[in-house]
Amino acid sequence: MNAAILTNVVDALPQFEGYVYPNERTLHPLWSVLIVVYPYITGLVAGAFIMASLVRVFKVRALEPVYRLALLTALAFLLCATLPLLFHLGHPERCYEIMMTPHFSSPMAMFGFVYAWYLMAVLLLELWFDYRRDFVEWANTQSGLRGIIYRAFTLGVTDLSEPALRLDDRMGRIISVVGIPSAFLLHGYVGFIFGSIKANPWWGNVLMPIIFILSAVVSGMALCVFVYMFLCWARRITADMRCLDLMTSFLFYALVIDATIEGLDWLHRLYSAEEGIDVLRSLAASKLFYTLLIGQACLGTLVPLFLLGSMQLVRRKVAELNRRRVYFSCAALILMGVLAMRWNVVIGGQLFSKSLRGFMSYKMEFAGSEGWLLSLALLALPFVILTVLVKYFLALDLPTIENVVPGAVRHPNPPEARI
Amino acid sequence: MSENITRRSVLKNLAGIVGGILTLSAGRTCKAAVRHGLVSAHAPAGYDPFQHKWLMALDVDRCIGCGLCVEACREENSVPDSHFRTWIERYVITKPKPGSGETRGETIVDSPDGGKEGFPVSLVPKEDILKSFFVPKLCNLCEKSPCSQVCPVGATFQSPDGVVLVDKNYCIGCGFCVQACPYGCRFLNPETHTADKCTLCYHRITKGLKPACVEICPSQARIFGDLKNPVADDPLQRFISNNKVEGLKRNLGTGPRVAYAGLDEEVR
Repeated sequence: MNAAILTNVVDALPQFEGYVYPNERTLHPLWSVLIVVYPYITGLVAGAFIMASLVRVFKVRALEPVYRLALLTALAFLLCATLPLLFHLGHPERCYEIMMTPHFSSPMAMFGFVYAWYLMAVLLLELWFDYRRDFVEWANTQSGLRGIIYRAFTLGVTDLSEPALRLDDRMGRIISVVGIPSAFLLHGYVGFIFGSIKANPWWGNVLMPIIFILSAVVSGMALCVFVYMFLCWARRITADMRCLDLMTSFLFYALVIDATIEGLDWLHRLYSAEEGIDVLRSLAASKLFYTLLIGQACLGTLVPLFLLGSMQLVRRKVAELNRRRVYFSCAALILMGVLAMRWNVVIGGQLFSKSLRGFMSYKMEFAGSEGWLLSLALLALPFVILTVLVKYFLALDLPTIENVVPGAVRHPNPPEARI
Repeated sequence: MSENITRRSVLKNLAGIVGGILTLSAGRTCKAAVRHGLVSAHAPAGYDPFQHKWLMALDVDRCIGCGLCVEACREENSVPDSHFRTWIERYVITKPKPGSGETRGETIVDSPDGGKEGFPVSLVPKEDILKSFFVPKLCNLCEKSPCSQVCPVGATFQSPDGVVLVDKNYCIGCGFCVQACPYGCRFLNPETHTADKCTLCYHRITKGLKPACVEICPSQARIFGDLKNPVADDPLQRFISNNKVEGLKRNLGTGPRVAYAGLDEEVR
């Protein structure tokens, strides 16, 4: 077919069905794919932190091989969490006003503070207290750029006496305890940004923050499994199966809770059948069929539930290699499923008119600020940052120090179990 | 490396920095609060927003769908193409199928180019139409405006005189208010990249003039007035006392103040 004719045909395709308010007749939704990426990345941060807290607060020692990796993953993603928002603003140069002159009744303004609190008061502090002793040691043994970096990160605090190390450990644990509600708050707030919009029958829902928190925990845990297995593969070392089994057990139970609450949400919507239910039902059956029913519900939830559930029952009978394959596939499927969930909420919530009389379409562009290329780059960026962080802070050639503090939980595992 | 640098001193310095940022933030908040009190979007000196309470009412039965109000608004406020501060919807409700046991058939709503050029003849044959009417739409001047509530920087706000305004020099263009408005009255202006909406022609009403749409309406479907300063035989007061009026989507709790008379249940 001639290209010009094809363009005409595409242009002639109906962009709107039924009646939509004139101001809703825009080329793409106001919040497009960038705003899909934003809650996705933020959720991964919260989930990865919860995984780390299992070691620190709940003392699940079998997960120690991934403790630092989980924290670094959370940091890498947190550093990128606000970028999609920033790129999306009409006036990004005024973004600092959110922090400087916040409007306290706005969920978005409060998110700025929750984000800053989480980054500076929780994650960076916890990492620093955890790493300080290693920084001091590495500063003395490493030279060149690495030496400079480690020296800088000690922030001049080089005291390695026993009381100082004990204080490090205690501070780390206190921050972890504070960090759990903070991580919930971080992603609960993202859910609240959508849940607070009562104008939109899909978003304005009291369960929205809870669904966001639970899916965040699930996606973050899946990310930890994914990153840990990838790193072991890249470093040609065998993954600690005890750790992997336990991680995926936690992932399974988190997924059970998440799927239950999300199912409950839909059940409640269908049963109460409020004003917007016909619109939502018709969206699920048509425009969101592949992302909601196939992507999110089947591939992203039911298949991993079945596979991980079976592993809980017959784990001992399955060979390690096959178990690893199942775990890796489930982690990848869950990561994809949660991305589909963010898509369904953000884009799905804008595919129908607030008049409840019509539908809009969304054809994603390739380039430009609303294109999928930028979103893909923003999704890839945390992995690039994580690679750098792993190179400098989880390097195999760095000397590791056995814990000298009695009663402390840090790294009692032998060096070969670490990555 | 100096030995006087201790963990205590580092933490103290960090606390100082955080404290400084918070103080700066509080200072800027106060400044913004004062600024909001002063912002009056082209209001002339001497105009006191506390002495007025503006309101628009719409008589659905009087609207003829000519679209002059949409055009006048566009001219007066330089509204960009394909965006609307006010628009007109046409509702065509068909007769129910015989024997269906229904009171009405299908409801077909349209608003070609916001009704700016008027409306073409309906595709529904005349004999199938149960009833048809036009509904002008604009900002509903909500008492608990969800758009102001969600603005992260307070760039959009409720003026004491009842108008919801946007400070375009302050808006960051996040679009949260556009999402929060249940009536589809807001849009992101493609030229300024900020939120835009009906201001009731604030630059006119603060000088004692009527909004452009009210001024041009040939059928007096739009009634405008100041609730705090009624004129003799005030048209707005008369309209409200002579009609049963209601607001749109009252179930959402936004407290829409714009009063409609003659609304059908199909209008959202």
